[in-house]
Formats: sequence, structure tokens, C-alpha cells
Amino acid sequence: MVVAPPETKKKKKEAQKAKTYVGQPVKRREDPRLLTGRGTFVDDISVPNMLYAAILRSPRAHARIVSIDTSKALNHPNVVTVLTGAEVGEQSLPFPVGVVASFKYYSAAVNKVRYVGEPVAVVVASDRYVAEDALELIEVEYDPLPPVVKPEDALDPAAAILHEELGNNIGCHRLLDYGEVDKAFEEADLTLKERFVFPRYSSLPLETYAVISDFDSVTGVITVHSNFMGPFSMHAVTARALNIDENMLRFIVPSDIGGSFGIKSSIYPYIVLISLAAKKAGRPVKWIEDRQEHLMASSCQTDRVAYREVAVKNDGTLLGIKSKVIENVGAYLRAPEPACTFRPIGNFVGPYKVRNVRLDAYDVMTNKCPTGPNRGYGCQQIYFEQERMMDHIAEELDLDPLEVRRRNLIAAEDIPYTTPMGGIYDSGDYQKGFDLVVEMSQYESLKKQRDEAQSEGRLVGIGIATGIDPSVSNMGYITVALPPEVRSKPGYLPKSGSAESATIQMNQRGKVSVKMGTTPQGQGHETVVSQIVADELGITPEEVMVIDEFDTATHGWSISSGTYASRFSSVGTSAAALAARKLKKKIVHLAAALLSVPEEDLIIEDGTVVSQSNPEKKITVKRVAGTAHWNLELLPDDIEAGLQARAVFRFPSNVAPDAQDRVNSSNTYGFMAEICVVEVDRDSGEVKILDWFSVHDAGTIINPMLMEGQIYGGALHGIAGALYEELTYDDDGQMLAGNFMQYVCPTAVEAPKLNIGHICSPSPLTTLGSKGAGESSSETAPAAVAGAVADALRPLGVNINELPLNPKRVWSLIHEGPPENNQ
Amino acid sequence: MADQYRSIRVTVNGQEYCRQVEPRKLLSDFLRDDLELKGTHVGCEHGICGACTVLFNGQTARSCLLFAIQADGAQIKTVEGLATNGELHPVQQGFWDNHGLQCGFCTPGFLLTACELLERNPDPTEEEVRVGLSGNMCRCTGYKQIVDSVMDAAEKIRAQK
Repeated sequence: MVVAPPETKKKKKEAQKAKTYVGQPVKRREDPRLLTGRGTFVDDISVPNMLYAAILRSPRAHARIVSIDTSKALNHPNVVTVLTGAEVGEQSLPFPVGVVASFKYYSAAVNKVRYVGEPVAVVVASDRYVAEDALELIEVEYDPLPPVVKPEDALDPAAAILHEELGNNIGCHRLLDYGEVDKAFEEADLTLKERFVFPRYSSLPLETYAVISDFDSVTGVITVHSNFMGPFSMHAVTARALNIDENMLRFIVPSDIGGSFGIKSSIYPYIVLISLAAKKAGRPVKWIEDRQEHLMASSCQTDRVAYREVAVKNDGTLLGIKSKVIENVGAYLRAPEPACTFRPIGNFVGPYKVRNVRLDAYDVMTNKCPTGPNRGYGCQQIYFEQERMMDHIAEELDLDPLEVRRRNLIAAEDIPYTTPMGGIYDSGDYQKGFDLVVEMSQYESLKKQRDEAQSEGRLVGIGIATGIDPSVSNMGYITVALPPEVRSKPGYLPKSGSAESATIQMNQRGKVSVKMGTTPQGQGHETVVSQIVADELGITPEEVMVIDEFDTATHGWSISSGTYASRFSSVGTSAAALAARKLKKKIVHLAAALLSVPEEDLIIEDGTVVSQSNPEKKITVKRVAGTAHWNLELLPDDIEAGLQARAVFRFPSNVAPDAQDRVNSSNTYGFMAEICVVEVDRDSGEVKILDWFSVHDAGTIINPMLMEGQIYGGALHGIAGALYEELTYDDDGQMLAGNFMQYVCPTAVEAPKLNIGHICSPSPLTTLGSKGAGESSSETAPAAVAGAVADALRPLGVNINELPLNPKRVWSLIHEGPPENNQ
Repeated sequence: MADQYRSIRVTVNGQEYCRQVEPRKLLSDFLRDDLELKGTHVGCEHGICGACTVLFNGQTARSCLLFAIQADGAQIKTVEGLATNGELHPVQQGFWDNHGLQCGFCTPGFLLTACELLERNPDPTEEEVRVGLSGNMCRCTGYKQIVDSVMDAAEKIRAQK
């Protein structure tokens, strides 16, 4: 059931009258091609003379490479070439990354392997079958080294060191201090401290990584087709590793990408590796990752251990937070990491008023797969710790967990609100959102039902979680990874901001095309842009052609372009609307000249530009367009021939971090609140979701049907991380979840139905008032599930500070009690 | 190595193809690379995700778990064969009307699974639809709108009869 927007049908009628499409459940224009098997994904593309690659990967977590013998593979029929890690070390540069720590990360292991699945060599052959055959003919001798797997072990001075040149396993360490933390703890009535463990999981797109690279030996240009959806700051990183100028590296992204959820922003090391292979082969090379490779060696979010201490008043007021986090970024701290730690810095406190925060953050390297952005990036970990702590406070003070949260919410009149870490919450009414979820769930009655069930011996519990959903990262946030003294050095180029562009063109017959560079992965950008442009120009979405393929050589783009951090619905939509407005202005300007009336007197109505003072004076938009293209003689000097406009939207409030490490890390901040009910099966340990209520504030909703899809998708990723999915390793660093039987993803049977509610606090910063929505519940769902399971198991005296709550762990908690220091 | 090839005759979406294939070639690769039918997607290559599902002699089968030579003499239907004369199949229409897809990568497998499901059970309950689709993975939608799509498609098909 979708509670709101309730008046969809009514709205639709009004819209038909007023001809507005923003806010309507317009059906997707992307669907017909995808429903008939006519989409274009990277693996559907072939380029002439193409070869195929397969990658030999390390079976060991940590070992020195003693020797590699590729001779048998090279002699195998139809093998064209073999590229080894040693050659990668010679022919490319280490990837740059924004931390002080110095270590070398290449696209393949040069002399040492540091995780199971790390590329060791690439075979290039006539087809994929042959390439895979030849992998087995490569002989590698390894000298094993002791592995480091768990985040806290990485800090142990006795632990093995992954990168000898670094001398320890710390990729980044920052101690950040905001407000008066010590004072807050002195003034507290109560302090609590808990240890939390958050697992590694991946929102895991169904389409794996895919790269086609072509090196042009005449020009030196490398052309790459891939399902890389940005951020295109990684284009610069890739060019640097390939040691070529950025204008010599061309990225092409097709119209269809089979999901990403952030995971595909870590594809770029493979772009380098396959480009080196193509260069050596002298022919274009295609590589399609298989599922096992994806699970062990693509990307995922960090696992982390966190110690959180809170200072609280007896009335539940949260005064201060001390948090020590140890994020496990895997074998190589890989850009954009350590963003996992810093992306949510501005919204670290969530919707709460607390002003005093100390964050002692470590990003450690271990013998696991390198990490990267994953839906919710960094937020699910924080909200898990935050919301579990709220429950602990409630329990300790004998308050309702709902009430503890309510008392700490930032008031609507204080918005826009600047958090202690510098985040600027642009709009919102958290109390109202909270009230709605309480009302929808009939919380008091839910509690009664739970109590009754518990009195019957059933393990039923209620979970609550709330959070702030940051969208559109300010590129400057990542530089909090550097100490202020580094950022203030002369010559250091500060980073800030976020921009997106749109180009619009009206042809000589008045038809409109819009070119976006937002590289969608299923979000329906083409549809949304058509709705927006139709409204701006007073036409129908069907009259707007939207092109969302991407090519760095032909599109206007910038470093922050791409689809990540829920950018599109803020920056992408704003750019599209502004481009359409610019175009409209040009049409009116030209019509004014052609009709000899002042611009202010003109309006566009039903495809005609009409004078308001003298309706006799009018000209069709089509004729204006025809004149602009065909009859340049009539154009005033200040009007360009043709009718096109390009708009670049950027946020005004994006500055680099200040000397106190405060930064507005994102641009728009949404809100979500969840209440869920679960039942735990005492005998199997299985957790079943009985009910779920979810309230969202993402500002203006452009397409409620698409919004619902985003919320469902995000919620299930969070729920899956809480209950099912984990990228597990054994103590030797061996990967244990290399296929879908071991990495258990929910199906339609496990997926719950959600009761969704909306409130709308339009963002004052975006053109249409919209904010991101795709990540929201992925951030709060793990905390909500954990809270509900904890509530269900409270009669048994069980504490829940660790995920996932799969049947094995839950059964053990019920029947065996908490494990000893289980990481 | 032509002696390694075998000759097969297979009917896909009503059209007969005769091809020489290596015995080890997967049916999914054969459909995609030899017949250029790119609508069948490969998501896991170990028979779990269901993206590569096709109708094999009228029954769903995972084309990544079959060799092309096993299809010798078979009738296969892929996503490209669902629409007739440019008109979407009711299951396709149901997915379009109910936002049953986002990235579209898993969609061909869901469509063919749903066709078989509705063939066997034209009036399923929501629970039956969920169980019927449980061999297919979707990572975008959270499944709700897929279930809505199939329920709607069932209604559309019943209305046609």
C-alpha cells in the first residue's frame, strides 16, 4: 500500500488539464526496448577484430609471487597474448588516492598477492572459452604469507603487514572533534558504550562488470566501452594509471546498464588492466566478468567494527558521541575510499540535535577484496550504530524507544540546520515525518499486539530507525581524509562542489532532443527528463527525445558527473529544467524579434508564441524553429543560429572543508523513518518480517511510480544486508561466498511488502525542489531490522550489535548466547 | 578444429537455424553470440539467478546450464519472441504498466517464467506468484512491482479469453 501521494488519480486529471507531467506516474519510455530484448548492454556490443580476455586470479589471500610461467598458455592454439602483473607494474602507474599514506595499487598483483581473486595475469584469445582454457596452463609459484582478515587485527602491531613501504596497515587515520565532547560527557547523567560489528555485503548488480578496450596505435587514444556509471573523477584516476593525457582516454557508456548501486564505480582498475591487454594484443579486447569473479574481486562496502560511547541526560537527551571506527577497506585503499568514512560526515548525527561529536576513524587494509561505494555508502553503518544506541538508551532509562528519538529530533523551525560537522540540512520536518510513521503503524496498538504475542511465548519485536539521506556529494568531503595542515599547504588544489549538465536542441520542425550524461542504471532518467522538459516547454513527454548514452569525447561533462550518491534527482533534473528554460527564452527572444513585440508581452501557448496585448500577433514555435535553422537572414545579431541551449547546474553551498574539518558533505538531505515488526522462529533462528512502515521526505516527487520502485529496491538491499547477505571469509582470508548458493540473495518470497508514506519538504536548492530517494531505506533498514530482532529476543537477554541476523547467528544467540568477541 | 563441431538444428522464436557448434558451447552463448539474440542475459552462469531463462519445448529452462547441442531439434522461445506483430505480450504489457523493471537485466527471465506460471495457473494468488518467481533474482525492484505486474498480466490474459 502506498499511503501518499494519495491523490494520484486526481492529480493526473488536473495535470491533463494543466498539462503538467512532473508529479505523475508517467510510464517509462525505457521499457519497450528492455521488454523486447532490444536494450544495449556492454556485452551486446562487438567491435571489429575483437578478442576476449580471461583473468587469472590469486587463490591465496597473502603471498609473494615467486615465479610465473606463461609459456604453455602462449603456445595454446588461438591464444594471442598473456599479460602478467609484472608487466602491469612496468607499463602503468599506481592509482592515485586521496590519503597521506603511501603504498602502491596496480590493476594486477606485481610481486605479491594481497587478496583472494586479485588479478595475476590476463590471457587474450580468440574467444572466451579458449582464454579460460589457457588460464589453467599458467604456472604460478607462491610463497605464502600470514593473512590479516579482521579489521581490529589489522591494527595489532604483531599483525602481518600488507604494504611493507607503509610500515603498518593503516590507510587513513583521522581524529575529528566537533563541539565540546569532554564537557558533554562530564555533564551526562548516563554514559553507555557498545561495540558494533557491521558486515561486508554488496548491493550486487545482476549484470557483472563489462569492458571493451581498444588502443589506437596511430593516435594513442584508448577507447573504452564499459558499464562504468561514474563518478567520472575516476576517469582522471584511470588516465593517470595508464600514464596518458585525459583527452586520450575515451569512455563510452551504452544506454543500458544492468544495475550498479555504486558497485560499478570500482570497475576502473579493470579498465586499466584490459586496456593494457589490448595494447599488448594490438587489437580490441572484451572482458566480461563472471559471477564468481564479481563476488570475490569487484567491490563491496566495508565491514567495520565501531565502539560508540554516548553521553545522555536522564530525560533521554543525547549530549555527546564518541565513536571509534575501524573500517576494513580491504587489500588496497582504492579511490574513492576512504569515502566510506567521510561521505556521511555532514549527516553523521542523523536527524538529532546532538552537538558534541568525536570521531576517531581508521581505514585499515586487510587481505580482503578492496571496497568502494555501495548503496547507502557509509550511512547504514552509522545509522546501525546510532539507532541501536538509541534503543540501548531507551532500555537503560526505561523510556519508549520512540520517545527517546522524538526528544532528540531537530525542530522544523531550526531548518535549514547546520550540523556540528558542517552539514547543512536544506529542508525538512522530521517531527512531522516521525508522526506520520507512528500514525501509519498505529504504534500503540502494535505494541499491544507484540506484548500479547510475547505473552504467548512468540518472539515478536518492533524496530524503529530514522535517518537523514544525503544526496549529491560535495567533492570536497573526501579531502577530510587529509589533515588540515596538508590541505592548507601552498599549491594544494582544494576540492569542492558538484555539477551536472544538460544539452537541449530544437530542430527545424520544432522537435526537441535532450542529451544527458547521467549514465543511468535502471532509474528511468530518460522518462524523468522527458516529463520535466515537457512541462517547461508546454509540450508532451512523447515529443521529447532523451539521449542518455555517454561519451567523454562528445558530451559536456565534468569531474563530478555520473550517477552516484543519488545525484540525478537533484542535479540531473535541475540541469534538464534549466536547459529547457534557456531554450524557451531563446524561442521567445527570437519570436519577439520576428513579431516586433517586446519579449515580456509574449507567452507560449499550445505550441504558439502569442502576444498578450495583441493576440493577433503570433507565430508557431515550429516556425520560430524553422527560421532559426533555415532562414538566418531574419536572425538578430545577438541570436545564435539553430536553437540549442546547455545548462550546467551547481550548488551554491559547496565549499571545501574548513580548518576544523567541517564540511557540507552533500547538497540535499532527505529524511526517512522506519517502523518494522518481525517474528523470530525459536527453533530455526529464521527472522520473518511481519510488517513494515516507511516514511520518506525526498522533497518534490517527480514520478511517484519510479519513486516507489526506488524505495522498495533500497529497502530490500538494507533488509538483505541485515538478514541474508554477507561476503564471508575464513581466518585464512579464503573467500567463502563465491556463488549465489553461498551469497544468499532474497527472492520474491522473502521480500516484504512496505507501507510507504511521504511528506514533502521541497529543497530550496534544486530547480524543482527534488532530492535523492534511491538510497534512503538502504541506510535505515539494517538498523530497523536489528532493533526489531533485539526487541523480539529481549526476553531472552540477548543483545544485538552485529549483523547479519541470518538463521545461524540468531539460532546461536538464542541457544548459545553471544559469541566471544566475534568479528 | 572443425572435427570438434557438431551440427544442430534448432527452432528459435519460430525460425529454424542450422549451425555448427562446439559441444561445450552453452546454449546461452549460442543464442547470444551465434544467433545474435542479445535479449537473453547471463547473470550468474551457475543456474541460480534465472536471468537466462528461456522456454525450451514450452518449459522454462536456464540456458546457462544447457549446452547448445542439447537443443538439437528443440523449440525455443526467447524474450525476442514474446511480442507478436509489434504488439506486446500481456506479460510484457503488465510489466510496462506496473513498473515491473528498472535496469531490465533480469527482466527477460522474469517474463518467460511468468508466461509459464500463468499458462499453468491463470488465476494465481499473490503468494503463488511470489513462489512461482522465486527462481529468479532481481536486484533493483524489491519484487513488489514485479508481483503486481504478473498479477495484472494474469488479469489481462483472462480478459482476452
